Formats: sequence, structure tokens, C-alpha cells
Amino acid sequence: MISLIFGLFIIIGIIFSIFSGNIGNMSNVIVKSASDTFNIITGLFPLMALWLGIMNIASKSGFLKKLTHLLRPLLNLLFPDVPKDSKALEYVSSNIIMNMFGLGNAATPMGIKALKSLKELNNNSTTASDSMITFLVLNTTGFTIIPTTIISYRLMYGSSNPSAITPICIIASLLGSIVGILINLIMKKVFRWHS
Amino acid sequence: MAFLVVIIILYGLYKKLSIYDVFVEGAKESFSIILTLFPTLLGMVLCINLLVGSGLFDYLFNIIKISFIPVDIIPLMILRPVSGSSTLAILSNILTKFGADSYTGVLASTMMGSTDTTVYCLAVYFGAVGIKNARYALANGLLADICAFIISIFLVKLLYNCFF
Repeated sequence: MISLIFGLFIIIGIIFSIFSGNIGNMSNVIVKSASDTFNIITGLFPLMALWLGIMNIASKSGFLKKLTHLLRPLLNLLFPDVPKDSKALEYVSSNIIMNMFGLGNAATPMGIKALKSLKELNNNSTTASDSMITFLVLNTTGFTIIPTTIISYRLMYGSSNPSAITPICIIASLLGSIVGILINLIMKKVFRWHS
Repeated sequence: MAFLVVIIILYGLYKKLSIYDVFVEGAKESFSIILTLFPTLLGMVLCINLLVGSGLFDYLFNIIKISFIPVDIIPLMILRPVSGSSTLAILSNILTKFGADSYTGVLASTMMGSTDTTVYCLAVYFGAVGIKNARYALANGLLADICAFIISIFLVKLLYNCFF
């Protein structure tokens, strides 16, 4: 499926650029992708190392287990297939908590560890399990209590009260997450009937 | 953030962990994650850049007009799942053009705050752990984004006068 998206995006992009007259620029775009990716990776790498280090202390000391207890009712509801004492749930809950407080840099490495554990629980299959998709939707709908990026942009562009957006953002992202999870529950059922 | 780090360190000391060794051991893991991540991310960035660079979206922005959504918001909605950097640039333009506290500015900010770059997230997360078949993940994520946009539109219509 990813191969299909990859191929389609490239072919549609190049064909459309002929019609729009952007074709001359396309070689530039291709080469720039390499440096763009490198910039993303170099931005991500050191922060990932840092947070994986700190969170390893949190994990080994049992701190993450405490966090998991806080979110237990929610986790049982969202991840019925995951064993209650598994490491995966520890990483999932720390990812959720980091995201809530707008600590995206710390949330990403935790998310990757969560998916690694979920993959192991799924016999290391390269097909995504229902729990993995639920987790991904939790992340992309991003429930946030403090929308840090948005507040800093509003500050930069001269808002009289940058954090006034917070209540609306909390309600919107909470409702968005709930709807995202409901869609997930429905799609999970539909895909089970199919297979 | 500093507060969180202090709590974690103190808790580690309290549990008599050799926290420095544990820190180094954890940080080491970033190498293997980055090694698997780089090639998959490169592929994703390449195809997304080609699609965005072709001018296809500029064309779409001109033909899509929805009566109750400000015209300047449409590019934000279309690019949001695909590219974080382009949508932040669009947000800056909107905030400069209309003002951070304007209706359009608040709507754009709320939409950004309640969604994420779904396609990019999927590529990073599934790419880093080597998932090849994502099943209904993309459809689920994009549907959730559309719903979050609709929720934002109604919510800002309803609450704009209360907060601004």
C-alpha cells in the first residue's frame, strides 16, 4: 500500500508539473528532498537520544508504571488486546502524557518504543495491528492541554492575549480525539468482518 | 519540562538506580531507531515534496470554494495532514494578513491545535518500526482530521465572541 502511495505521489506530481509549468523546478525538488530529510533527522536525532536516555531512567525506576496506573481505565478501553502488565502500555501512557503537555520531542521516541512493543506482541508481523492503529490515531488527533506551538505563534504575531486560544483548543482537540477514536472503533469492527 | 526531568532523576536515585549508566544505555537506542527511520523518511519526503512542488495544491486551492469557510483556510486544511512546515508557513501568513485575534486567525490556530501531520506521523512511526501494511490507519487518520476541521469551524463560530 505504501508503495502505491509512493508511486502515485511521484507520478501525479511530475505529470502535473508539466501542465503547471513547474517541471523545470522538479529536479531541484528531488535533490532538495535529501537535504530536507537530513535536516529533519539531524533535528530529531539528538533530542531523541536525550529523551530516550531520560525516559530509560523513568522506565527502569518504575516511574512509568505509576503513570500507567493513572491512565488504566482509558488504556483498558482503548487497547483491549494488550496484556495489562505489558511494557507497551507504559510507553503508550507516557507518550499520551507528554503529548498532553505539548512535549512533542519527548513524545515521539516514547511513541516509537510503544509501537516496537506492540509489534512484538503482534508476533513481529509487518502488518499493523488494531492496537497500533488506535495508538497512531491517538497521536494524530493529538489531545493537548497546552498548545505550545500555537501560543508561541500567536505571541509572535501580536496577539493581545496569546493563551486565550487555550480553552477553544482544548475543547476542539478533545472532541477531535473522541471522534477519531469512535471512527477507529467502527473501522476496527468493519475490518474484522472482512477478514 | 525541567520539573519533569528533576522528578524522574530523583525517583531514579530513590530507587537506587545507577542513573548515569541507565541514561547512556537508553540514549544509545536512538542510533538504531534513526538508522531505520532515515531511509523510510527520505522516501516519504521525496514523494510529498514532488506532489507539493508540482503546483497541484495551488490549483486545488483555486477551484475549491466552500461558502462557510474563509478562502485562506482551505490551503491549510488540504496541506495539514501532509506537511507540517508548509502549514506553519500558511498559519504565519494568515496571522499576518488578518491578525492573531481575528476570526480567521483564531480558526486557523484552532485547526492547527486540534490536528497533526497525519501522513508524516504515520511515516515516522510505522517507518521506524518497519510496518509495511498500514491497513486502515491512513483512512482513519484522515477521516479524524476532517472531523476535527468541522468541529473547529463550529466551535469557533460558537465561542469566538466569548473569548476574543
